[in-house]
Order: sequence, then C-alpha cells, then structure tokens
Amino acid sequence: MRTVKSNFKFKGGVHPDYNKELARDKAIETLPLPAELVVSMSQHLGAPAKCIVKVGDFVKRGQLIGEKNGFISVCVRAPADGKVTAIEKRPGPTGGKADAVILDTTAKEEGSGEQGTGNGERGTGNVLPPLDWKAASREDLLKRVEEAGICGMGGAGFPTAVKLNPPPGKRCEYLILNGAECEPYLTADFRVMLERADRIRVGVEIMRKILGQCAVRIAVEANKPEAIAALEKAFADIEGNVEIVVLPVLYPQGSEKHQIFATVGRVVPEPPALPIDVGCVVENVGTVAAIADAVEKGEPLLSRVTTVSGDAVAEPKNILAPCGTKYADLVAFCGGEKGTPAKVISGGTMMGFAVPSLEIATTRTTSGLLLLSKNRVFQYGSGPCINCGRCVRACPMNLNPAEISKAVEADDIQSAEVDYHVMDCIECGACSFGCPEYRTITQMCRRAKNSIRARIAAEKAKAAAAAGK
Amino acid sequence: MKPKETAEHFILSSSPHAHAKSSVSRIMLDVVIALLPTTAAGIWFFGMPAVWTIATCVTTCIVTEALCRLAMKRDNTIGDLSAVVTGLLLALNLPAGIPLWMAVVGSVFAIGVAKQVFGGLGMNPFNPALAARAFMLISFTGPMTTWLKPFWWRTPDAVTTATPLATMKTWFVAEATASASPHGLCDKAATGIPCLWDMLIGNMPGCIGEVSAIALAIGAVYLLVRKVITWHIPVAFIATVFVYSLIAGGAPAMAQVLTGGVMIGACFMATDYVTSPTTAKGKLVFGVGCGALCMVIRQFGGYPEGCSFAILIMNSVCPLVNRWTQPKPFGARKK
Repeated sequence: MRTVKSNFKFKGGVHPDYNKELARDKAIETLPLPAELVVSMSQHLGAPAKCIVKVGDFVKRGQLIGEKNGFISVCVRAPADGKVTAIEKRPGPTGGKADAVILDTTAKEEGSGEQGTGNGERGTGNVLPPLDWKAASREDLLKRVEEAGICGMGGAGFPTAVKLNPPPGKRCEYLILNGAECEPYLTADFRVMLERADRIRVGVEIMRKILGQCAVRIAVEANKPEAIAALEKAFADIEGNVEIVVLPVLYPQGSEKHQIFATVGRVVPEPPALPIDVGCVVENVGTVAAIADAVEKGEPLLSRVTTVSGDAVAEPKNILAPCGTKYADLVAFCGGEKGTPAKVISGGTMMGFAVPSLEIATTRTTSGLLLLSKNRVFQYGSGPCINCGRCVRACPMNLNPAEISKAVEADDIQSAEVDYHVMDCIECGACSFGCPEYRTITQMCRRAKNSIRARIAAEKAKAAAAAGK
Repeated sequence: MKPKETAEHFILSSSPHAHAKSSVSRIMLDVVIALLPTTAAGIWFFGMPAVWTIATCVTTCIVTEALCRLAMKRDNTIGDLSAVVTGLLLALNLPAGIPLWMAVVGSVFAIGVAKQVFGGLGMNPFNPALAARAFMLISFTGPMTTWLKPFWWRTPDAVTTATPLATMKTWFVAEATASASPHGLCDKAATGIPCLWDMLIGNMPGCIGEVSAIALAIGAVYLLVRKVITWHIPVAFIATVFVYSLIAGGAPAMAQVLTGGVMIGACFMATDYVTSPTTAKGKLVFGVGCGALCMVIRQFGGYPEGCSFAILIMNSVCPLVNRWTQPKPFGARKK
C-alpha cells in the first residue's frame, strides 16, 4: 500500500471558495431521534420503491417498508421504530414529489409494553444477521448489499448492488473510492474518512470479494491531509494492489469520469458508455463504510452524515441523522438560524438544489445542507454572451458552453445536441461560475438536455406503439 | 422538539450557487488600466492634441451609447465601461493632430453603427474601434495619414511627417535596401527609419497609442496576469509578422513588429472578446491570419499599414474559425 500523487490532470475546472473550515474540525455528532420522520420511497436513482405498509402500522427500526421496484431500484427500510401516521406525496429537494411514509417515532405500540424510542437510542438488536465476509459467498454479499438498501451516497444514488454486479463480459480492474469531496462547504466525507477509516477498509475487502480481484485506488484531494493519514494507517497492511492517490484541489475532481481519469488515466467514452466499460467502478467513501456495516453488523443503510454549514446557521456541524430527517430538525440541532438565511441549499454550492422550505427531509444522498445569508447569494442576469471564453476554458468535459447557451437562447436545441454535444454535459456549474455576464449557462444546458430526453422518450413511445400494432 | 414555524421565503434558483465574481465592468477597467502606459506615452510624445483627441473620443462614445440605448428603448449599458474602452482604443489608433470633429464622427460611427445597431455588446461582428478607424481612413484620408512628429512643438517648421512604414514599404521592392537596413543601429539620417531604441520607447511618428512598444508590452503583461487575455493571439500575431518579414525580406523583422499598429493590434485590438474565437486553437489560427494579412497588405497592398484591415478581415471569418476549432469533448468517440 502506498500513497502517490495523481499523474493526470483533466482540462478545465474552477476554484470556488471552499469555506470548509466552518465544519471541517467538527467531529460527527449523532442527532437525537426526531419526533417525526419523512421517509421517501425515492431516495435513489431509478424507480421509486413500492410502499408495503399502511397508515396506522407500527414498524420496527430496519423493517422493510418499501420494496425494490424493478432492476434499477433500491428498497427502503424504516430508520426508527414508530407508527405510520400518513403516506402521501412529499416534495424532495428538486421539487419532484414522491410517496413518503410519515413516521411518528414517539408513538407507543399498544399492548407491546415497549416505549417509543424518542430518547435517541437506536433500536436494540441487529436487523439483519451479521455476516463473516471472509466466509460468505460473493452472491450472499451482493444480496446483503441489496437487502440493506445501499445506494451511492455521493449524490447520484445509483443502486450499489447493480453497480457491483457488472454484466457478463465486463470486468472491474480498478475499484476507485471517491474521497474527493470537491464541493464547497461539505466535510461529511472528510469526517467519515477521518473517523471511520477502519470501516472503509472492511468495505474495501468486501467489495474486492464481490468484484473479484482488482486494484484499489482511494482518491482524496490534497486539502485533506488528516484524512489521508487516517486512511494510510487503516490500510497500512492491506494485501494487494492498493494505492491512495492524492488529487490536486480542483472542482469538479469528484466527478466520476474526471476522478477515473485523474487516478488511472482512463477516459470513459461519451454516453451511453459507463465507467465499467473502461474497467472501473467508483464508489463514494460513505457508501463503502455503509457496505461494511451492512455485512459485518447487519446494519441496513438507515442514516448518513450530513454537513450543515453556511454563514446563516449558528453552529455548523457534521451530523449523523436518520434518512428522513426534516431539514428543520438538523438546523435546530445546530443552534438554529443565524440572522436570516436568504437561500437554503441541499448539497454543495456548485451542484446543490436550492429548496423552498426546511420541511423537506433528508435522503440517503443528502451530503450537505447549507444556509446562506444574502451576502453569499448572487443575482444572475440575462446579459449577452461576450465570447470571452472563460466557460470554454472551465468546462471539464471540453464542451463549448458559450455556443450551447447561445443555441438554447435561439431555441436551436438541435444545434446544441449535434454540434456542441450538450448531452455530455455533467451540469457541474463550472461554466456559469466564471461568466462575467452572469449568464445562466448551466440552467440552459439542463433545459436542452431535458428537452432532448423528452424528445427521445416520445420517439421511443411512438416506436413502441407502432411496433405493437 | 417541534420544528420552528417559519414564513421565510428562500431564493430559488438553478445551480451553481457560487460565482467567481468576475464582471464585464471589471474586465473593461483592467483594459483601461492596461492602456494607461501607452496613453501616457502618447501624451508625452505628442502633447495636448493627444489629450484632446482622447477626451473627445471617450466622451463621444459614452454619450453616443447612452443616446442609442435610449432611442432603442433598451437598458443603459455605459456602466459596463465597454464604450470607454472603445473610445480610448479608437483615440489611440488616431493621429494626435486629427481635427476633433472628425474624431467625433468616428466615435459616433464606432458606437452607433459598428456596435449598437447590431444590438450592443456581444452582437457586433467587427471590432468597433477598428471599424471606425477604417471608416475614417476612407472618409478623411489626408488627416488620417498625417502624423505629428514626437515633440513637434520644438520644430515649428516641420511638425508633421509620414510614419516609418511609408519608407519601409519601398524596401520590399528596392534591392538597394538590403545594404541600407540598419539592423538595430541608430542611423536615422541614412535610413529614414528610427533606430531600435526609439521604436521601443515610442519616439517616432505614428498614432497616439501605437508608438511605444514598451508601454504596450507593460499593458499586455498586466492583462495576461489579470487573466483578461491569453497569450495565443498576441504571440501568434507578432510571431507571424516576424517570420513573414524574415522570409519576405525588406525592412528588418523587428522594425516591422515595432512600427505601425502591430503591437497595439496584436495585444489590444485582435484580442477583443466579441470578435475573436473562443478556443485556444481558434485564437492561434486567428493570430496567424491577422499577422499574415497585415504583412500581405504592407507588402502588396495600396496602404503602407495593413493591421486594421487585417484584423477586420479576420473578424469577418471569426465565426468560421470558431466552427473549425471546436474543442473535442472529453470522451468523444472518434468518427
């Protein structure tokens, strides 16, 4: 095992103010169990889970309340004991509504003699039987990852059991752990690497067993030396081809394709190609720790570390909270608001979602909650593109955001798609970040991509209907 | 604990929620700052006429822009300082002694015709200052080709003269010029062109802002450090002029680079964002094109100076250059 510096640097990228010192040195604190949890059936990429409980049911911590619905889907389990008081559509951070199970965690089940666990204690006993990963088979381990409801915790939420099971003919040569955490303000992954490096090690061993023998690369940005030291200690005597790769601090270093390039120098081709097509599997460090807990302790993915930060929150913290905690409860645990927050963001400042209310609840992918005052919010404009080229230099996918934005303004989505490859855009926001005219370039890229996706879906539906005749 | 009831309204907008705080007015201010050395040099060598010309151009450009926006019922954009930059650049490209009413007409053309008619900043296909200069060259050829000597007030009998370019143009054809080339030696009387040192500091006849190569270089370095411009266009432009003159013969290559509008053209005019390509490759192609055209006009064209027209021609093919030099997407499949 050794620590090396990255040999490859992708073109483009920007350097936003990171502001990580607000929460960097705050050890992970466990949130006292909130009185009410809002557990969404859609906390992952893919089809929402199918709710299998009814209003009035009493559920136990870890109990299956949503079944996996399809191939690209993940199950949902109750994060705490409680009574289902409602099942209704609730908005997520992007505004889209999904079915959510509202749990009252203070409710006492009649006749059971058990007290509701409103005092913050985790449920007693293990939900799934612990497994000895050394003895378990690959299939058993994979099944455990699926049953535990694990999805990518870096933000996209891709079902981990699917990612760890490449289709026949595709082999994983490099398992890459994503510890870059390139978004400003966020320090959750940093604290997980610092405090739970031993769990990450177990997770890596388990994943190596599932994926078959492969090299391991742990990617960490250079601004996290303490995490690198903790990982070096935890992985010191691990067998096999394992390296910690120190990456330069550059946004978006944490983007999957750019991380693959920076660590192993391979380029993932344009969609529909995936990282596995170049022999790589990338997983967030939080997901890896969750895999270790799911196998060794039988603990499903029920909670995660979220960084609550920003200049409009009294005490920024890194909080371990159940997935389904309302933002308001997290903010209250941080001493409440400081002044008047002008903007609340789920995620980081570059790719996070601005949310309209603190009643929205966390999911398995909520890495950060930012409360920003008016001083930290800027106003977009609709000025003309002056062809300065800053966005072209910043784009990590080597596209031409200036031309895409002009094409979208002229409603020429065709040109944006064919001439300027807008479907390759990863929506990282580096283009808008430097625009001197404050143009909403990223938003225009999104508009174009949504329009193209809708057109493709309509064409597919038409073709399916025609074939069905 | 009951969550706090809040009636707050949070701002909703698309990501990203951070910004580098770059702005057009800051960029334009940087350009003005970068032009201050050459402005000072021009005033030093040519005196009060330079001051009046600069003041007239800048003021007229600002007023014209404000009036145009008013007439077009659009927002007033003089705050972005682009009119100031256009006015200053136009003045620096004029002979110091130009009658002020001509400077006014040129400024109105620069902003009104070459910029606002197309929709304002970002929409103009040609560099407004250069378009105005070309307009004035055709309309007021005499005054536009008559230059004050540096420190003209010391020799009241002979205040105006031609630029060294006129002399250098003859050197392309006359074979006798080979022996007369000074190669950096200060022998003005014999050769008719200034020595190298004079060309560097600007002690030679020419437009207000084009004479002092050192002052222009200082400004260009400032813009590079501030990341307002990249090195591609200036280096490609100047290198092409240099190499072309080495091959074509005639006046020494250094003289070709340091006289006429090459320095100011390469660093300040050709690098105008709106009218130059966005990618590095495109900028290199653009710079080479400008340099080559400039020298072709100097050698074969009717004018002794080809810089303005070279840049204007390259402006016109800029969209084509952009199309040819699109970046290749990360992960693009080979076709």
